[in-house]
Amino acid sequence: MELYLYIALFSPLVGSMFAALYGAKPRTKIAGVVPSALLITSLIASTILLAHILSTGEIVHVEMMTWMATGNLYIPFGFIVDQVSVTMMMVVTLVSSVVHVYAIGYMDHDKGFNRFFSWLSAFVFSMLILVMSDNFAGLFIGWEGVGLCSWGLIGFWYHKESATWAANEAFIMNRIADLGMLIGIFLVYWNTGTLQYEGAFAAMQNLDTEILTWMGIFLFIGAMGKSAQFPLHTWLADAMEGPTPVSALIHAATMVTAGVYLVVRSNELYALIPDVGVFIASLGAFVAMFAASMALVNRDIKRVIAYSTLSQLGYMFVAAGLGAYWVALFHLMAHAFFKALLFLGAGNVMHAMDSELDPFKMGGLGKTMKASMVMMTLASVALAGIFPLAGFFSKDIIIEAAFVEHHFIIYTVLLLTAGLTAFYSFRIIALIFHGEERYKLFGFHPHEAYKFMLVAMSPLLILAVIAGSLKMTYFEMVTAVLPATEYHLHSVTTYWIMTIGTQIFVILAILYAYKKYANSSIKVPDGTSKMEKSFVYKLLINQYYIPYSYEQYLIRPYRELSTIFWKQIDMKIVDASVDGIAGIIYGTGEKTRAMQSGNLSTMLKWMVLGLVILLSLAVVFGLAARHFDEIKVILSGLGV
Amino acid sequence: MEIGLNHYLVLSTILFSIGLVGVMRRKNLLLLFFATEILLNSVNIAFAAISHYYGDLTGQMFAFFVIAIAASEVAVGLGLLIVWHKRHNNIDLDSMSTMKG
Amino acid sequence: MFEAIAFYLFAFLTTLMFFITVTTSQALYALTALAAGMIFISAFFFILGADFLGAVQIVVYSGAVMALYAFGMMFFDSTREVKEKQGNKLIVSGLSILAAILVVLIFAAPMVTDNIVALYPVIEGAGNTQQVGMVLFTKYLVPFEVAAVMLLVAMIAGIVLAGKKMDLSITLMNDAEIKDMKKDQNKKVLS
Repeated sequence: MELYLYIALFSPLVGSMFAALYGAKPRTKIAGVVPSALLITSLIASTILLAHILSTGEIVHVEMMTWMATGNLYIPFGFIVDQVSVTMMMVVTLVSSVVHVYAIGYMDHDKGFNRFFSWLSAFVFSMLILVMSDNFAGLFIGWEGVGLCSWGLIGFWYHKESATWAANEAFIMNRIADLGMLIGIFLVYWNTGTLQYEGAFAAMQNLDTEILTWMGIFLFIGAMGKSAQFPLHTWLADAMEGPTPVSALIHAATMVTAGVYLVVRSNELYALIPDVGVFIASLGAFVAMFAASMALVNRDIKRVIAYSTLSQLGYMFVAAGLGAYWVALFHLMAHAFFKALLFLGAGNVMHAMDSELDPFKMGGLGKTMKASMVMMTLASVALAGIFPLAGFFSKDIIIEAAFVEHHFIIYTVLLLTAGLTAFYSFRIIALIFHGEERYKLFGFHPHEAYKFMLVAMSPLLILAVIAGSLKMTYFEMVTAVLPATEYHLHSVTTYWIMTIGTQIFVILAILYAYKKYANSSIKVPDGTSKMEKSFVYKLLINQYYIPYSYEQYLIRPYRELSTIFWKQIDMKIVDASVDGIAGIIYGTGEKTRAMQSGNLSTMLKWMVLGLVILLSLAVVFGLAARHFDEIKVILSGLGV
Repeated sequence: MEIGLNHYLVLSTILFSIGLVGVMRRKNLLLLFFATEILLNSVNIAFAAISHYYGDLTGQMFAFFVIAIAASEVAVGLGLLIVWHKRHNNIDLDSMSTMKG
Repeated sequence: MFEAIAFYLFAFLTTLMFFITVTTSQALYALTALAAGMIFISAFFFILGADFLGAVQIVVYSGAVMALYAFGMMFFDSTREVKEKQGNKLIVSGLSILAAILVVLIFAAPMVTDNIVALYPVIEGAGNTQQVGMVLFTKYLVPFEVAAVMLLVAMIAGIVLAGKKMDLSITLMNDAEIKDMKKDQNKKVLS
């Protein structure tokens, strides 16, 4: 099994290296095909590992080599494939294989084709390191690796100012959060003496709650950055500047779920500190609602989906915070499938519409893009949580869990958010695929995507539909390592009322969305309608003015402070002193250069001067040695 | 009036400074060599005097070796001077400026 | 009393001779004064009872070294007046006097003298030459041999350095040949 582990882990790296070889060369198909093939290899190896774990329940744990061994610190490059990480591996390799194949078509005309695949495969490698590592240090390497690759991919079209800005924003925000994470890791090491999950969690059982709370909080700060939780959420929407396959892979299915993975992985820690868990759940619920509300009005399909991702991440954190770790992981998996599908569908639409993102300029695309429409609609249905698609099984169970745990506020928020989710998802669908063919006004000539792209998307479609039926198998597998909490309502009647009520609520939301946006009277908004002038709309379209206030109250003062430090402190003190030292040395050299006139007679004179100086030193020290006692008395009199 | 060690040492010092004056003011290499001989001899006096006043032969031994070194120095130094003189036709110290920094 | 008179006399004479050596502009005077100074110094050695050292001083310095210098002087044709550019005399004399004062200060303060213990004491009942021989060929045998080798090396070096092109004789060449030779030399210098 070790062999499969190494194959699964290192094939993406090989693919990345291979594509990197062509980095500076003009676009060539092979740079896309080989990494994709290697990723499929990785997927097959992961599947074999999954089958192995499913059948035997054995955990594969290898230690490749020692990384650091200094004093008491011992960190190996160790990898573990247990029920949790194999789930993540499957999600990562599956979605990335699909995205790779899809991207061969999507990036067909891009100049940076080879570079794109190099980055993308490197990302998959980092992500696998993140999920497979058996210690916090390895996790952190993967964590930073995915951050770096995300930076490279968001800023993939680096000639666009907005793309580089978004890339830097994502990177810097993640650095802020990573600092918290690093502190958390240090705390773990400080208090448990090891970074291996096993040893660390075992040692945590005997620690103070206070220390554990700090550990939990700092680790969660790292998770907040990676999973774009409030208040570090702004980067995710801006990250949509990257190519759409990147959004599908990194900013929907895998990287952003790393935070959830971290919390799930540290479940033994969070089980000891339920207060922090409640905080995580509350924040998750807030983010779910908050992001969903912003998605309601946004006029950029990718951003809408990004906010939807944010909202679903909130759901996952609710589940993780309430201790329903397996539910969180299950929703993570299901979400990865339908959200990636949604993104790829959006990619098809963008492709068809020459990168136009405003759904108000589309409409009626369903006639030309049947396959894309079906896929996106099904994905949206899954997202909305309609029976029997994946979302129903994973999302409703979170809502149920909140109810069972008697967190009724969270429950209400989540329920409302479910309605919002359904509404904004179908608002997009309706605007893109139904109603008048408004795109004709703007002179677009949409066309369906390549066949093989659609075929590549089909595994996701199938999984988005049937993932729910895997629930029990999954539950049995994962609960070998995660706490097996089942959420059943005490009374069957309440369960049915709740389930059917939720379904009806969601369906109503969908129908309302269709009614409002699929009719023929929809116009491209020009800022004159009554709704657009309302305060709520302005608040939502400006993302609650959060990016604005960050710019105004954090970035600008920081920039001014930096300017002061640069001009006043760096230039006038640091640079000046360094330059001063150089200047003194240079000046001394320049002045004393005259000594080296090459005239031997002058040199002899200098020699005699040196002799005189040495003699005077001899006299001074001789006298000092002779009169040591008197000097000591005088010095002590002076108070030295 | 007893002549003590200090008398000799002072004499030695005076001769040494005369030698230093010579070293510093002479530009003709041959005459510069004379000045170095003065330096060596002034030290020899000090050695011999110390040897005498402390009843220790080490001083004299050192004086012998100084003389030996002086002799070698003259031999090698003069050889080098001759080579230089053949090349440049002078032995003026100011003309030797190849070591200018 | 006699010793004091001898000391002061020779001290005066030595100082004078050496002073002439370093100040005169006539190379011949300088050489003569130096030779005289060497002999006067050997007088100090005799006063101090270091007879053998005095003899060596006369033989080596006044004999061998002076002869060498004399040859050198003839070779360099320095018999005529030596023209020397003089720098700042104040610096020269100032530095020397300062150095002298400092050395005297060090000697005057009895910081060294207290600690000296004779390593090879004077052997009673033997003449100076005998004593020197006994110490030189027992305790200082190795340095003595090394010094001998050094002298040999110096001799060979002197011969090699000075002996180049000794087969050429400027006096026997005609003007054209000398000119050619000078040209060659200039080329060598330039290269």
